[in-house]
Amino acid sequence: MLILEPPIDDLMIESLKAGDQLTISGVIYTARDAAHRRMIEALDKGEQLPFDPRGQILYYMGPAPAKPGDVIGSAGPTTSYRMDVYTPRLLEAGLKGMIGKGGRSDDVKAAIAKYKAVYFAAIGGAAALIAQSIKRAEVIAYDDLGAEAVRRLEVENFPVIVVNDVYGGDLYHEGRSKYRRPTQIS
Amino acid sequence: MTIREIYIDDITAAVASLCQQANYYLPDDVLSALKHAHEQEESPLGRQVLSSILENADIAAKKNMPLCQDCGTTLVFLEIGQDVHISGGLLSGAVAEGVRRGYADGYLRKSIVESPFTDRVNTGDNTPAVIHEEIVAGNKLKITVMPKGGGSENMTRFTALTPAQGRQGVVDFVVGAVDKAGSSPCPPIIVGVGIGGTTDKAMLLSKRALLRKVGSPSDDDEAANLEEELLEQINALGIGPQGFGGKVTALAVHVEVFPSHIASLPVAVTLQCHSARHKEIVL
Repeated sequence: MLILEPPIDDLMIESLKAGDQLTISGVIYTARDAAHRRMIEALDKGEQLPFDPRGQILYYMGPAPAKPGDVIGSAGPTTSYRMDVYTPRLLEAGLKGMIGKGGRSDDVKAAIAKYKAVYFAAIGGAAALIAQSIKRAEVIAYDDLGAEAVRRLEVENFPVIVVNDVYGGDLYHEGRSKYRRPTQIS
Repeated sequence: MTIREIYIDDITAAVASLCQQANYYLPDDVLSALKHAHEQEESPLGRQVLSSILENADIAAKKNMPLCQDCGTTLVFLEIGQDVHISGGLLSGAVAEGVRRGYADGYLRKSIVESPFTDRVNTGDNTPAVIHEEIVAGNKLKITVMPKGGGSENMTRFTALTPAQGRQGVVDFVVGAVDKAGSSPCPPIIVGVGIGGTTDKAMLLSKRALLRKVGSPSDDDEAANLEEELLEQINALGIGPQGFGGKVTALAVHVEVFPSHIASLPVAVTLQCHSARHKEIVL
């Protein structure tokens, strides 16, 4: 299985297709609703983001607290569409990958093609399992947001699947049409 | 029946423990339904997802860590026997303290913000819980804790059908709600449907429906028949585990019915993710 190590370049992005399964090893960053809002406010004011987004992967996740001796608590993806309104700006700023769950808007899919990026799904609700692939975690911004703070994670063999690629591929559409059976529903 | 005293300290301790157990251990009926889904699923990727979900439940139980990082809004259902007297303080205060302790001591994520449409500052202890009380016969207190994740809760839908739309209207609305929700509520899901009453009653029925043993049919023949048709149509949508395509979109559909006004046919749909957590105790 392909192992992806950020930062990722356009050549790598172009090789990924909807439905591809791979693992990520190395550094990724986390942000969800509240952190996205603050990052976009920062961009509006011409300020720096908490991390240089160029070539990086953002994981839509707010973890459960770590027990003593643990790196992190349970750490599965949150539903991505709530970030859609902010996403094109971050892709324009150079962000290359996003990990979440659930479908994205047409605007986001267009931005994925335009700026050459990729949207991955991790398994929603497999949070205790995913936590096992996180080896280090550190809050780097917006500490006051608690679970919603921006974190830098070091991951090893974090399993993901490509949902949206630069070619307009969409695993949710393809998967559904393959298994959809006719009913009397119009 | 004689009046029985129940002390708030016992209620607090019970709620704290239920919050943790509900978040760490998937109920046996949910685990069985997921294993059955794994046998039924035709999509290889869908089966792989279901394996990971079952492996996750195993890790969470062994390590006493939450099944999902979203430890939910804490829904607390209280069935209070009318011959119970609560002593030592306020019942609502006892529940709040139980949630506070359960979430702090159990390393559960605190996900509640104070002012939803303004600054959204986290309350820091997952309170307030959403509490539903019901007075019942007897001298016991049944407490059910249901941590409800935001992802599936956001897919809740309600409609006020006209009586003329009838059964077919119900089918179209429920199947449509699941179709539009797609991958967002973390399928395979459990679909709670409340039909009748008023808007608020239908909503509560649809949520209570999620507490039934997974796949157990309604006692009402017509409701059970509707459950069967809805499950078949929902699983024909092709959404599948996590929305990657497959045969198993829903593990079960539970329909609860209540009489309604001559003008009304209210229908509520509450979706529950595969991490269908709840835990009960009777004091």
